[in-house]
Amino acid sequence: MILPWRRLRQLGILGMNQRNADYILPFNPRRHYPLVDDKRLTKQLALDAGIAVPQLYGIVDIVHQIRNLDKLLGPHEDFVIKPAHGSGGEGILVVTGRYKGRYRKASGIILTEEEIGHHIANILSGMYSLGGLPDTALIEYRVKFDPVFEAVSYLGVPDIRTLVFRGVPVLAMIRLPTRLSDGRANLHQGAIGVGIDLMTGRTSSGVWREQAIDHHPDTGGGIRGLEIPHWDGILELTARCFDLVGLGYIGVDIVLDRGLGPLVLELNARPGLSIQLANKAGLRSRLQRIEGLREIPSAASERVALGKGLCNL
Amino acid sequence: MKNLHVKILALLLVIIGTGLTYYKVTRLGLPILPAEQTEVWMVEARLEFEAKGNQPVKARFHVPSTPLGFTVVDEDFISTKYGLTMEDNGINRIAQWAVRRAKGKQVLYYRVELAPEVAIPVKSRSGITPPFPAVPDYPEPMGSVVQALLEEVRRKSADVASFTGELLVRLNAPNSDENVQVLRKGIEDPIAWVDRVIYILAGARIPARIVHLLQLKDGINHGTLTPWLEVHNGQEWLAFDPKTGSRGFPENGLIWYVGNDSLINLEGGGSPKVEYSISSQFQELVLVAERRARQINSLIMDFSLFSLPVQTQNVYRVLLLIPIGAFLIVVLRNIVGIKTFGTFMPILIALAFRETDLLWGVLLFTGIVALGLLLRFYLEYLKLLLVPRLASVLVMVILLMAVISVLTHKMGLERGLSVALFPMVILTMTIERMSLVWEEHGPGEALQQGLGSLLVAVLGYLLMTDKLLEHLVFVFPELLLVVLAMTLLVGRYAGYRLTELWRFKEFLRKTDTR
Repeated sequence: MILPWRRLRQLGILGMNQRNADYILPFNPRRHYPLVDDKRLTKQLALDAGIAVPQLYGIVDIVHQIRNLDKLLGPHEDFVIKPAHGSGGEGILVVTGRYKGRYRKASGIILTEEEIGHHIANILSGMYSLGGLPDTALIEYRVKFDPVFEAVSYLGVPDIRTLVFRGVPVLAMIRLPTRLSDGRANLHQGAIGVGIDLMTGRTSSGVWREQAIDHHPDTGGGIRGLEIPHWDGILELTARCFDLVGLGYIGVDIVLDRGLGPLVLELNARPGLSIQLANKAGLRSRLQRIEGLREIPSAASERVALGKGLCNL
Repeated sequence: MKNLHVKILALLLVIIGTGLTYYKVTRLGLPILPAEQTEVWMVEARLEFEAKGNQPVKARFHVPSTPLGFTVVDEDFISTKYGLTMEDNGINRIAQWAVRRAKGKQVLYYRVELAPEVAIPVKSRSGITPPFPAVPDYPEPMGSVVQALLEEVRRKSADVASFTGELLVRLNAPNSDENVQVLRKGIEDPIAWVDRVIYILAGARIPARIVHLLQLKDGINHGTLTPWLEVHNGQEWLAFDPKTGSRGFPENGLIWYVGNDSLINLEGGGSPKVEYSISSQFQELVLVAERRARQINSLIMDFSLFSLPVQTQNVYRVLLLIPIGAFLIVVLRNIVGIKTFGTFMPILIALAFRETDLLWGVLLFTGIVALGLLLRFYLEYLKLLLVPRLASVLVMVILLMAVISVLTHKMGLERGLSVALFPMVILTMTIERMSLVWEEHGPGEALQQGLGSLLVAVLGYLLMTDKLLEHLVFVFPELLLVVLAMTLLVGRYAGYRLTELWRFKEFLRKTDTR
C-alpha cells in the first residue's frame, strides 16, 4: 500500500503549494502582474505585438458613461461585457443578439438596457475584481466559435487553455462550457476539461467535476479524438504570449473564431491545476525538464518544438 | 538554499522563544499552568518598648537581608512618627527607627512577605573568609578538658565539617562523661550554648559564628529566634544544628541575622520585647513571580506585559491569541486546504464567539447570515450599486441584531445581549461574499464555503478560549516566536494539501486498478 501523497508525487502531480512556492513565486515577478490582471493592458500588448485578439468595441470606466450605453452598443448586434480585472470568468456577460430593442443573453434570457447598465455598474464598483478595487468594463467582439466544436459545447464558447512555462507550451486542454457552467469555460464552474495531445492537437478523454467522461453531458457529442484546427498556429501564439508579459508560468486562453482564426482571449498568472486531470498527466516532470534547461530558444517555433518533445517524457 | 535559510531562521526563533520561556520558568518561577499558587510566608515582627519620655529614641533592629532559600516578595515598616534609615554591613541589615520625642509604650512593626526560592535552594553561602580565631586562654579545669576533647575529635574527623559534627555529637551526648559536663556547666539558654560551642571551636582555630533563625510555621503568634551554628571551612559557611550536630539549616528556617549583636539596640527606651507572628497563605504564582522578578531586577520582567496597566493587559490577553488563530488558518489552508470566505474572517468570527459563547454564537452567525442573504437577494432585485448595497446590508444586519437582542431579552434569555462586539462589518462582507458565490458558483459552493468558514471559526474559538493557551501566550509571549517559526516552515511547505488527495483521486484510482 503506497500512501496517496507518495503516489501523487510518483505520478508527477503538481500540488497547489508547490505551484505557488516553486513556480509562481520564483518565475512570475510581481511587477508584471498588472500586464495580465488588466485585460485592457494585455489586449494592447498583444495588438502591439501583432497577436490577434477579439476587437475592443468600447470601454466604460465611469458610471456616468452608462447613460450613453445605447450609443456605444448601437452598432453591434452581439458583444461581450467583461471586467478588466476579473478572474475565474466572473462577471462576464455575453449578448448574442437583440430582441425588440432588448438584449438577448447567451442563455436566451432577455435583458433590458437598464439591467445591462446595472451589470456594468457592478463591474465598475469592483464586485468582480481582485480585491474589490474599482474596475473598468470592457465591451468587445463576441467570438463565433469554430464549427468543429458545435457538437461539444453548450451556450458558450470553448477555449483552449495552454500552460506556458518559460515560453514553452507544457500542457494544453480545451474547456467546453456546459449547462452547469452557464456557458462559461471555467472548470470550477462546471465546464468540461479535455486534454489535448501537444504533438497532434487531438483531444483525449475529458474530465467533468472531477470525473472522467467521453461525451458532453448536455449535447451528447463525443469529445474524444477531435482535431483542433490551426494547432501549430495556436501553439506558436501561446509561446509568443510569454514574450508579451515576461511571466514564466502562465495560462494562455485562446478561442478559435470561425472567420478570424485563433484569438488570444486572456492570460492568467495563476493558472489552475485541473489541466492535469484533463490530460491525465502530471505537470511536475515537464516543468522540471524545462526548468533544467540553461537556455530557452528565443524563436517561438523552436519553443513549440521543445514543448511537443515533452509528450514523450 | 532558500529552504535552508528559512529552516535556520525558524530554528533561531524556536531557540529564542523556548530559551526565554525556560529562563522565565526556572529563574523567575513563572508557572507553566494557569492559576498555579504558591505558599507565601507573611512574617511580622512586633517590636515593643517603653520610651523614657521627652528624649530622643533610637531603635536599631536587625532585619533579614537576602535570606537563604527565600525571595523577599514584599517588605513593610510600620512606624507612624518614626524616621527610618537602613544600614547594610554586608552581613546584616539593620533598620534604624528614630524619633525626637516619644513617651510611654511604643510599638513598631516590620513585616515581610517571603516566597520560597524557585531555583534549587543553595545550602551554604560564601562571603569574606574570616580570619582564624586565636586560641582562647581557657580557665582551668576547662582548658584541659577542651584540649582533650579536641584532640580526640581531631583523631576521628577528616575536615572542618566532620570535626564540627563530631564535636557537637559529643557535646550533646545524653549520657556524657564528667568532662563534658564541665563544658555544659552554667549554660542557661540556647544562645549561650552556641556561644560556648564557638568558644570551644576557637580552640581548634575554627572560625564560627551564631546565626539567628526564625522557624516559619503557620499560625505562630509569639515566635522567637532560634540560634544556629555556622563554621567556616575556608571556602564557605557550613550550618549545624547546635543541639544535634546535623548539617544544614532546618526546613523553613529564615535567617534573621548573624552574629553576637543583640537583636535590638535601644537608646532612650527600655524593656524592649520582640515578638514574631507568622502565617502562610497561598498566592497567585504569577503575581509572586512578578514581584520576585522586581526584587532581582530582572530586565525581562521589567519589559513584560505585566508592566502594562491592567486594562491594556486584558486587551493583550485576547490579542496575543490571534496569532494562534492565524496559525490555525495557515494549517487549515495550506496543509488541509479548507476553503473559507476571506483569509482571516473566521478568526474574527471566532473572537466574536468569545463574547457570546460557542453555541449561541454559531446560532447567531448562521441566523444572521441566513436572514442577511434573504435580504441581499431582495436587494439584488432592486439593482443597487455595490457600496450602497453593502451599506444597506450592514444597516439591516445591525437592526437584526438589535431585534434579536430585544426579543431574547423579553424572552428572558440574557445571552442575546452579549453580542455587542459581534463584528457587523465582517458579517456584512460574509453575506455579500456568500451571495456572490451563490450566484456565480451555485448554492452548493456557497454553503460549502460558509460551512468551511464556520468550521474554522469554531475550531479557532476552541483554540482561542483554551485557558492554558491563553495563559501561555500571555505569560510567555515569546512563545509566539515559535508560532512564527512554524508559520515560516509551513510557508515553505510545497507538499500536497489533504483536499488535493481527494481532488486528484482520479489519478489514484486509475493507477490502482492498473
